[in-house]
Amino acid sequence: MSHITREEVTKIAHLSRIKLSEEETDLFAKQLEDILGYVAKLGEVDVEGVEPFLNAAADGNVFREDVVIESLPRDAALANAPERKDAFFKVPAVQ
Amino acid sequence: MELTSLTAAEIAAAVKNKKVSAREVVDAHLARAEKHNPVIGAFLHIDAAEARATADAVDARISRKEPVGALAGVPVALKDNLALPGQPLTCSSKILKNFKPPFTAHVVEQLQKADAVFLGKTNLDEFAMGSSTENSAMQLTRNPWNTDCVPGGSSGGSAAAVAAGFAPLALGSDTGGSIRQPASLCGCVGMKPSYGLVSRYGLVAFGSSLDQIGPFARSVEDAALIMNAISGPDRRDSTCRNTPAPDFTANLNQGVKGLKIGLPKEYFETSGLNAEVKAAVLAAVDALKKEGAELVEVSLSMLDYAVPTYYIVATAEASSNLARYDGAHYGHRAEGTDNIIDLFSKTREEGFGSEVKRRIMLGTYVLSAGYYDAYYLRALKVRTRIAQDFAQAFGKADLIASPVAPETAFRFGEKTADPISMYLSDIYTISTNLAAVPAVSVPCGVDSQGMPIGLQLTAPRFGDDLMLRAAAAYEQVSGLRNRVAPLQGN
Repeated sequence: MSHITREEVTKIAHLSRIKLSEEETDLFAKQLEDILGYVAKLGEVDVEGVEPFLNAAADGNVFREDVVIESLPRDAALANAPERKDAFFKVPAVQ
Repeated sequence: MELTSLTAAEIAAAVKNKKVSAREVVDAHLARAEKHNPVIGAFLHIDAAEARATADAVDARISRKEPVGALAGVPVALKDNLALPGQPLTCSSKILKNFKPPFTAHVVEQLQKADAVFLGKTNLDEFAMGSSTENSAMQLTRNPWNTDCVPGGSSGGSAAAVAAGFAPLALGSDTGGSIRQPASLCGCVGMKPSYGLVSRYGLVAFGSSLDQIGPFARSVEDAALIMNAISGPDRRDSTCRNTPAPDFTANLNQGVKGLKIGLPKEYFETSGLNAEVKAAVLAAVDALKKEGAELVEVSLSMLDYAVPTYYIVATAEASSNLARYDGAHYGHRAEGTDNIIDLFSKTREEGFGSEVKRRIMLGTYVLSAGYYDAYYLRALKVRTRIAQDFAQAFGKADLIASPVAPETAFRFGEKTADPISMYLSDIYTISTNLAAVPAVSVPCGVDSQGMPIGLQLTAPRFGDDLMLRAAAAYEQVSGLRNRVAPLQGN
C-alpha cells in the first residue's frame, strides 16, 4: 500500500497548482493515503489482455463539413476577464 | 386546482387549452418557492422577473392561436452547472462566484424551443463532486421529507425543488449517480440517459467520459416528456450520437409482459444494504413479475471494483477539466500575486473547497509519471471489464433491477469526515456511468421513518425508451406518482 508523505502532498499540490495550508497538507496526506489504499483493491482484478476503455463515444469520431461557422465574439469571451488590456487577458509576469 | 401539485403533462395541457395561464402556473410555483426556499435551500438563484416575462410571452402566443411547444408554461429548475445567459453559473463554487455565462447550454435552448419556463438555478455539491450537496460553498439544501436530512447529491437542489413542489421538472447532471441518488432520497423520478443521448454543450465539465445531463420529475411520463425535448444530435458535443432520438412517450403504457428483468445477485448481497431498502426493492421487483415480467438472476461481479475505478477515472478527468480555473480568464482571481504560478496556486487555494482540492490532487497523482500504469491505466482496463459485465448480463436480461442507494437519506454531517463512506453511497449507481448505459430511479416506497426509497432500472445503451416503459409500468401499479412533500406552514 502506498504511504503518502507530506513532501509528496506538497509535490502533488504544486503539480495541481493549489497552495495548501499546513493543516490541509496533513489532512490530505492521511486522506489520500486512505483513498489510495482503498483503490489498491483494483490490483486484485485480472486485466491480462484486457483493452483499456478509452472512448465512450457511440459513433467514434463525429465529423462535420469543413466550413467556417460563427464562434464566440471576442468581447463576449473577454467579458468575464478579471483584468484585460485591449483584446488580451492581463496577468502578472510569466517567469 | 392546486397548481404546484400538477405534473408537467397536466400543466402543458391546461395551459394550451386555456384552463389556466402560464403566468398563473409560474406565479404559483414562485410563491411556493419564495415561501419555502429559505428553509429548503433548493434554489441558489430565482429569476422571477424573467420567468414571468417568459410565461407572459407563452400566454400571448396562445391567445393569438399560435402554436406552442410540448412544455408550454411548465416551470423548470436548472442545476447551477448549466449555462443560461442572464443568470449566474456558479457550480456552487467560490471560484465562479461572479461568472456570467456568455453562451447557452444545448439543453437550455431545447427547453426554450419547447416553451418551458426557467425559474432559477439549483444548489449542488461544488462542481458536482459529492453525494449530499454538503460540499456546496453557497448553502445547505434540506430534504423536503425531513429537513434534518440531506437531499443526496450532487444534484440535491434539483431533487429538492421537484420534491418540494417548487417545479414539476428539473435538470441535473449525473457523473456517478448525481441524478439518481438524490432522486431516490427525495422520492422523485431521476434519470441518467445513455452516454451520447443528450448533448453536454453548456454543462460545466467534471468527468467527460461519464457526465450526462438528465431530468428530475414526479412522474415517469414527465421524465419522458422532457427527454423528448433535450435528446438528440448536437454538433457541439462530439460524443453525442448522430441519430435522432426516439419518442420516449410513445410506448409508456405498453407494460412489461414478457420482458426479462435481471436481478444482479451481488447488489443484494452488499453488507451496507439497509434491510428496509432491500425489502422495498424486492417487493417492487415482485410487482413487476405480477405484471408479467420474467425475473432472471444475473451476475455483475465487478460491483466491488466500481467505486475504486470511478475514483481514479473521474478524478483524473476532473484534474484536467478543472485546470481551466486559473484566475486568468474568468471567475475569482487572488489579489497581490507577482507571478503567474503564484496567481494560479493562490486563486485555486482560495476558490476551491476541500473535496474539489482532494479530487484534483488524487487525479493529478494517478496521472503523474510513475503512477499512471499502476492506477489510471489499470482503472481503464477494469472499466472495460465492468462494461463487459453489463454486456453479458444484458445477454440474459432486457433490463436490470437494483437498489439506487444502499440507504435512505442520512443526516447532515454523518459522512463528511470520511470521504470513502460518502463515496460508497454511490455504489449501485457508479457502474452505470462507467459502462455508458442508462438508468432511472423511480420511487418504490418509504422506510419506517417515512423517507423515500428508489428502485433502479438499468437498460442496455440506447435502450432508454424501454427502460422508461418499464418504469411507467411499475409506477402504474405502485401508485407512487406525483408525491409532493407537505412542507411546514402550508
